[in-house]
Amino acid sequence: MTKKAAVITIVFIMALSVPAWAQTHSEAYKDNIYSTGELKPVDSVLKVKVGDTAPDFMLFSITGQKVTLSQYRGKKNVVLSFVPAAWTPVCSDQWPGYNIVKDLFDKNDAVLLGITVDNIPTLYAWTNQMGKLWFSVLSDFYPHGKVAETYGVLRSDGTTERALFVIDKKGVIRYIDVHDINKRPSLETLIRELEKLK
Amino acid sequence: MKKIILVSVLLLISLAATIPVLAAGPPKPGEKLFDFTLPVPAERADRNYLGISGWGKTFRVADIKANLVLIEILSMYCPFCQKEAPIVNQLYEAIEKDPAAKGKIKIIGIGAGNSAYEVEVFRKRYNVPFPVFPDPDYDIHKKCGEVRTPFFIAVRLNPDGTQEVGYAKLGGFGEIPAFLEMLKKSAGL
Repeated sequence: MTKKAAVITIVFIMALSVPAWAQTHSEAYKDNIYSTGELKPVDSVLKVKVGDTAPDFMLFSITGQKVTLSQYRGKKNVVLSFVPAAWTPVCSDQWPGYNIVKDLFDKNDAVLLGITVDNIPTLYAWTNQMGKLWFSVLSDFYPHGKVAETYGVLRSDGTTERALFVIDKKGVIRYIDVHDINKRPSLETLIRELEKLK
Repeated sequence: MKKIILVSVLLLISLAATIPVLAAGPPKPGEKLFDFTLPVPAERADRNYLGISGWGKTFRVADIKANLVLIEILSMYCPFCQKEAPIVNQLYEAIEKDPAAKGKIKIIGIGAGNSAYEVEVFRKRYNVPFPVFPDPDYDIHKKCGEVRTPFFIAVRLNPDGTQEVGYAKLGGFGEIPAFLEMLKKSAGL
């Protein structure tokens, strides 16, 4: 078979297959999820690495509070969960899972900070569909994606990667997962990483 | 020419392999249940509840000792499934307290896109008394038309070994007494 024929066949199979990104299925959102289609798995270059001191930041949460990373220094481990955008697949099915495992974060002396580049009203409306969240939801809207850019997870279209950073009480980055944007990271892997901090 | 034939055959094979996935719609009352297997649960209590044995093997819904099986397609990441969990537990309790229904109507959950770990998190968080099975790669979810969650399917297991969907609906099932009566009627109880 020629290379061209092989390519055509592969493209044909892919076009007919059920898309991997079709993963937001909760009736909570009804028809309000914007279908992004399958996206480039990763579209940025990390600017930090495991072992680095995590860059500090100040962002506003949807409850109007100023939240800094440094406020947790010496007190709590921190998980930063960047998700690409409100009202999109996968993201809408990620934080609601974290919302029922506060005990697992508590057990590992960790807080969770959810971050997107959406503005606060959008984040407020979107996260309201998830029920009452126990963790802070922060807006990295203006200057647009500044924190995401600092960490190297701002994509070329202005959204962020689906990325997890585990930062210990000394402010050191201990784990980074810049995940395939089309897929949800494993909860088990994240919790195991938190358990390693003990 | 040979190349063209080869490419055509490959295209047809790929198309044929894809059709069942594309054709799968949500289950409808009166239809036969789509075919899938589940792992026999590790927990003895779950095996006893389902009336199946052979840990390490797989089983089908038809193997469950019951007149009717209620399947909940759920996800630990789905807010509505979280909200619905205590209500489904209440339905389980109502079935177990009803002498006519106990042992005849069973409930199972399937965690669409959930790993075994995630399914266990859900079960523990909501004290789910019935078995919930992982479907990490959405294999079963695709077979049932990628329904939104929670989705409930009641399947009647006929004595002749056939199965028929009696109820298939998205979202909560409403008042428990009325729903249980409907299930009992569907189960021939």
